[in-house]
Amino acid sequence: MAQAHDMHDDHAHADPSGWRRYVLSTNHKDIGSMYLWFAIMAGLVGGILSILMRMELQEPGIQIFKGLAQMVYGVPENAALDNGKQMFNAFVTAHGLIMIFFMVMPAMIGGFGNWFVPLMIGAPDMAFPRMNNISFWLLVPSFALLITSMFVEGPPGMHGVGGGWTIYPPLSSTAGQPGPAMDYAILSLHLAGASSILGAINFITTIFNMRAPGMTLHKMPLFVWSVLVTVFLLLLALPVLAGAITMLLTDRNFGTSFFVPSKGGDPLLFQHLFWFFGHPEVYILILPGFGIISQIISTFSKKPVFGYLGMAYAMVAIGVVGFVVWAHHMYTVGLDADTQAYFTAATMIIAVPTGIKIFSWIATMWGGSIEFRPPMLWAIGFIFLFTVGGVTGVVLANAGVDRNLQDTYYVVAHFHYVLSLGAVFAIFGGWYFWFPKITGYMYNETIAKVHFWVTFIAVNIVFFPQHFLGLAGMPRRYIDYPAEYAGWNYVSSMGSYLSGLGVLIFLYGMISAYAKKVPAPANPWGVGATTLEWTLPSPPPFHQFNDLPVIK
Amino acid sequence: MTQIKSRLMALASGLVFLPSLSFAQGNEPVNWQLGLPVPATPVEQFIHDFHLWLVWAMGAVVLFVLALLIYVMVRFNAKANPVPSQTTHNSLIEVVWTIVPVIILAVIAIPSFKLLYLERNIPKGDMTIKVIGNPSWNWTYEYPDLGVNADKSAKVSFTSYLLPEDKAKEQGVTYLLATDVPVVVPVNKVVKLIVTSDPEGIIHSWAMPAFGVKIDAIPGRLNEDWFQVTREGVFNGQCSELCGKEHAFMPIEVWAVSEDKYKAWTDLELTGPKPEDLAAFLKTIRPATDKVASN
Repeated sequence: MAQAHDMHDDHAHADPSGWRRYVLSTNHKDIGSMYLWFAIMAGLVGGILSILMRMELQEPGIQIFKGLAQMVYGVPENAALDNGKQMFNAFVTAHGLIMIFFMVMPAMIGGFGNWFVPLMIGAPDMAFPRMNNISFWLLVPSFALLITSMFVEGPPGMHGVGGGWTIYPPLSSTAGQPGPAMDYAILSLHLAGASSILGAINFITTIFNMRAPGMTLHKMPLFVWSVLVTVFLLLLALPVLAGAITMLLTDRNFGTSFFVPSKGGDPLLFQHLFWFFGHPEVYILILPGFGIISQIISTFSKKPVFGYLGMAYAMVAIGVVGFVVWAHHMYTVGLDADTQAYFTAATMIIAVPTGIKIFSWIATMWGGSIEFRPPMLWAIGFIFLFTVGGVTGVVLANAGVDRNLQDTYYVVAHFHYVLSLGAVFAIFGGWYFWFPKITGYMYNETIAKVHFWVTFIAVNIVFFPQHFLGLAGMPRRYIDYPAEYAGWNYVSSMGSYLSGLGVLIFLYGMISAYAKKVPAPANPWGVGATTLEWTLPSPPPFHQFNDLPVIK
Repeated sequence: MTQIKSRLMALASGLVFLPSLSFAQGNEPVNWQLGLPVPATPVEQFIHDFHLWLVWAMGAVVLFVLALLIYVMVRFNAKANPVPSQTTHNSLIEVVWTIVPVIILAVIAIPSFKLLYLERNIPKGDMTIKVIGNPSWNWTYEYPDLGVNADKSAKVSFTSYLLPEDKAKEQGVTYLLATDVPVVVPVNKVVKLIVTSDPEGIIHSWAMPAFGVKIDAIPGRLNEDWFQVTREGVFNGQCSELCGKEHAFMPIEVWAVSEDKYKAWTDLELTGPKPEDLAAFLKTIRPATDKVASN
């Protein structure tokens, strides 16, 4: 351990500057910052796609996408309608993939994970700094490939991947989209997956080997625990996706028939493989959020986390059980009653550790001295909205009820409550919590609070009515719908525009923070902020912990 | 302005009836609907009752969490409680909030499994309909019980397409829910479905919300499902698995009619009627009960 000091006096680690500092970066804080900026940029792209979709769905009929297809793809008038319909599906697909792989994951794991896992465990950097660099830089071509896929041929004469983020064959195979768009998307997912697997290896090694003296596993901050569980899920789940999409790639290009029923394959095989990855993936998206929320709630209640061990092992339990519930995404594929009964039971069990987390957060606040600073608003908002998304998850877990809800807007509402309102609220909470540490500047807290309230109101207007649409039977991934669904769709679209305004407020707040440069103290949050990152100046020095801290 | 006003009025009236949560007025969805469709089969009735119960239980959980949050925010904010406690453990409360959710979930699981086995233990059918999802975004229906031709194809077999917008308007039916020809079934009979998709095609999903039926049509696989409609009516559903650009444009329409009318329909179908003759006949047997119950 004492060697850490000598290693970091090496001249190769002198402060680089200019483009070299970032492109060749091996510094976990610079790489973390790049991940965060990348996530913001991708989030804006994904957000614009969603607002365009809501514009289309504001009223029955096809208003936006016909003209959009003409404008973007330059297709003739008589092909515009078909191209517009496909374009809508391509937007659905791209919105999902971008928000998952290029917004939430880079922000939580690449961004906050890179920045604060080493700081919180008292490590000088990540275990494999050069691998850290390639993890980030794989993401850029990956994103470029996905965006490219939207502009090349998918189905004959049309553009983009219109298969949804689930890319089920045969729709995603030569039967549905023979053009190269799908191949671009597959390669994009391969690169993003490789990036995440490398990152996972890096985090596991760092957390197991580079904790400061006295930082036992059971003393680690819960954010570090959450990242540890998450990266194990990544390491175990992503290779399964890689296998599935490789089989899809060879089906498409080399004449194999893994998913071709007329040649001894089975489309359902893909669905099982996809969801064996896909279900852990949704926990990958939310678990780091759990960790961020724990840090924030504890800090602003000025109390240690209630039931620390229960909180840590609840995340482990969610991670483990999350691997054995995948077929609850497949209740309508024709599985027999016993299989569906198992997946119903297993899925409902996840509500137990999740409940432990919700109640422990409230118990942490109980008896505390709560300050409603911006990060705390986002955290409390998270607890409530995640609970709403959680209980609709219990409803959906019941295979019997799923006959009415599968593939409807009820599902859309459910997963946006846990992701768009859950994970994203956790990200904004983390952003406002750590922004002073990352940049060294304080932001205007009033703007941050306005951002919170506008977003809180907006996202509820967007997504709560979608429960009603789903119950009434409106299927998801529809460009047009019967006039009977017009009312709630209109409300939902209005909420979407308001949430767009929320994003502008966010950007304004950030620009003003950078413009005004109000210096942030080492610890802007007071006695509740007890983790190691607050012992360092804001921003921390380029290399920290040359003398390793000792944890008692 | 009047439009907004009527919307607000509809919303308000919906909220007044919120506790009943079964304010679908007919077989079709209605604007500002808040709940599930009016059941037309025993399965959907079960789903309805079970879901209503779930809504109350889950609503109670949300309100409980909300109440706790509001209480701690009021009672333990920095002004009300300047000195924080440092309590981090209470074994009893931790056991309670683990055990109580387990009990709630066990209570949910019992009716849930009953419902699931009712749906998936497929009874002996009175008749069978084969449903085939086509790559050209429409549905083909076959009635194998009514006899087969020399080449083993079903004698009664037809493809049902989306009714175009202008025709839907002309006939006073809902665009995107209505089809050009309906699937006709006798009321009160157990109808077995064999659902598949074109072997070279893509996955679709045959959905009929008022029946509690949603079953994927997958190339190379035969899926089974069933329903028993207990009242006459026109029922609509839509494709429920993303299948390409026309995904939103392949509706499903089922007419549940009396046995006599069903018999008359099969007699006509077996003669291989001209489309205009069939259309004229269908007008005579169309169930009139679009609105089964008013608010």
